[in-house]
Amino acid sequence: MAFLSYLINGLSLGSVYAIIALGYTMVYGIAKMLNFAHGDIMMVGAYVAFFALTSFGIPVIPSVLLSMLATTVLGVVIERLAYKPLRHATSLSVLITAIGVSYFLQNGAQLLWSSSTKVFPAIISNGSVKLFGGELQISYLTLVTIVVCIAVMVCLTLFINKTKTGMAMRACSEDKGAATLMGINVNMIISITFAIGSGIAAIAAVLLCATYPTLSPTLGSMPGIKAFTAAVFGGIGSIPGAFLGGLMLGVIEILAKAYVSTQLSDAIVFAVLIIVLLIKPTGLLGRKLSEKV
Amino acid sequence: MKTENNFFKKLFAKNYRSRTISFLIIIVGYIAVEALMMSGNLSSMFQSLLVPVTCYIVAAIGLNLNVGVSGELNLGQAGFMCIGAFSGVCVSGALAPFISNGIVRLLLAIIVGAALAALFGMIIGIPVLKLQGDYLAIVTLAFGEIIKSLINNMYIGFDSEGFQFSFVENKLHLGPGGKALISGPMGATGTERISTFMIGVLLILAALFIVYNLMYSRSGRAIMACRDNRIAAESVGIHVANTKMLAFVVSASLAGAAGALYGLNYSTLVPSKFGFNLSILILVYVVLGGLGNMTGTIISTIVLVLLPELLRGLADYRMIIYAVILIITMILTNNDTFKGWIAKLKNSLSFKKQPKEAEAHE
Repeated sequence: MAFLSYLINGLSLGSVYAIIALGYTMVYGIAKMLNFAHGDIMMVGAYVAFFALTSFGIPVIPSVLLSMLATTVLGVVIERLAYKPLRHATSLSVLITAIGVSYFLQNGAQLLWSSSTKVFPAIISNGSVKLFGGELQISYLTLVTIVVCIAVMVCLTLFINKTKTGMAMRACSEDKGAATLMGINVNMIISITFAIGSGIAAIAAVLLCATYPTLSPTLGSMPGIKAFTAAVFGGIGSIPGAFLGGLMLGVIEILAKAYVSTQLSDAIVFAVLIIVLLIKPTGLLGRKLSEKV
Repeated sequence: MKTENNFFKKLFAKNYRSRTISFLIIIVGYIAVEALMMSGNLSSMFQSLLVPVTCYIVAAIGLNLNVGVSGELNLGQAGFMCIGAFSGVCVSGALAPFISNGIVRLLLAIIVGAALAALFGMIIGIPVLKLQGDYLAIVTLAFGEIIKSLINNMYIGFDSEGFQFSFVENKLHLGPGGKALISGPMGATGTERISTFMIGVLLILAALFIVYNLMYSRSGRAIMACRDNRIAAESVGIHVANTKMLAFVVSASLAGAAGALYGLNYSTLVPSKFGFNLSILILVYVVLGGLGNMTGTIISTIVLVLLPELLRGLADYRMIIYAVILIITMILTNNDTFKGWIAKLKNSLSFKKQPKEAEAHE
């Protein structure tokens, strides 16, 4: 029974990673860049939600929506100002710019909201669902996290597969040149991708802070790296891959913490990643690219 | 025939020039710093930066070999520095009763640090170099985090009976006169500070010597061939995996040497210092300095280490300004208009050389 409860906790943590990883992987799939500032966009979302909830006393759902709006705008603005001028630059230049943006957001947050940690209010009641005669307890928060993650995943998949914009996004990730010839506004699609990725990062931020309620300007960096790992784990650029990678990473982390060692859990997560990449060099669901000579 | 000869002569002269310039920068910089120190014009804050700057330069030269010359994005340079730093601390701590001369111990620590980092580089390189592009980047990132996390849980002590080692929990039972060298998350404490600026400068010169000799050798050309076109390189008989491994291991050992120097510069050192952020910091030095350009790496490292200190007057805004400078530099160096403008400037500055060039092309 303990195993089952660890598994569920792992799925809950993994759901948060999965949502952040979706943002990473979408941006990578379409703009072919590693957006290292993604974790920090999430951090800004957490602060916006925090102030909406505490200083302005806005209820939970509108606060989350407000936070999503803020990160969406932030994501689009960052893309326009910092990444768009580098559309044709080498990937390393874009990477360094993303790191610059990440520094900017972290230090900006420190300046605006001070580096002292803040305590995120509880947003979901403390109760839990009891199964098997009370042997297995699942807190409402865990359930909500998992359900929200699945909902985000389903909406995103439907959006990508069923709408015209989604089709345009797929076209852009295949071949930008051909997409342009088909009359797709590639710049617009990239902006939309950033908007969606950043918007769902706010959801992840609120869920993360509800589970681990300490808020600081460096909040986004470690989950950011983990989510990036999750995205690669599942095959970067693949949306189901990010979902699967995130969930697996969360489960491995919690199980390693429970059965091996708390301090070594990060090392174990990264070791599993290396092993997976050695067996499947493009991640679990990544496409194998054949090389043209 | 004659023009070809001329061309090669010029090429060598040009190659030689960039080498000479980077050596000169280091030597002139060293003399200038020593002169400033002697005249008492160097504030203690800048003095405390001297050794770290040399460490960063050595690690960045190594990383540039990996990222610029070999074309593999490595996000785990801090992991190799971590190995070098803590093995260096152990060597120096264990040898302290036997060798009183700090310089000798420092040199031994640097050698051991470099060797161990090279060994780990080889172990991690075998599987890693099979991957490409962003996947290679993430594995090196993961590797750096693993090293940091392992050393964070490692306890090493030294007493009359030799080294003692324990993992996760502190189970060291040190005899009389024994000393704990690494104590888990607390890192190395009570380290004797034996790093000197002069050794740091010598290490940079050694690193430049190694990297330049490698770059302009047969192996160096093979490394660049693998970067530019792996398949073409393979088809002319270059063993791609071995060639990439060479660059990776040399880069790792330079980081290890830099780490040893870094570790022995502080009396306390925690493993969490060598995280992802340090790897990124060094990568920023390399990319801003120019890929494959060692002179650029040296200059950009010095400027970027000094920049936050020079901006100290702006207090809280300094890191934001640093970030903005980083972004603007990246955007400008990739802007065609700006590039054209710089090229024009260069042309107008070197107009005297143009007739010669025209002659050579005839």
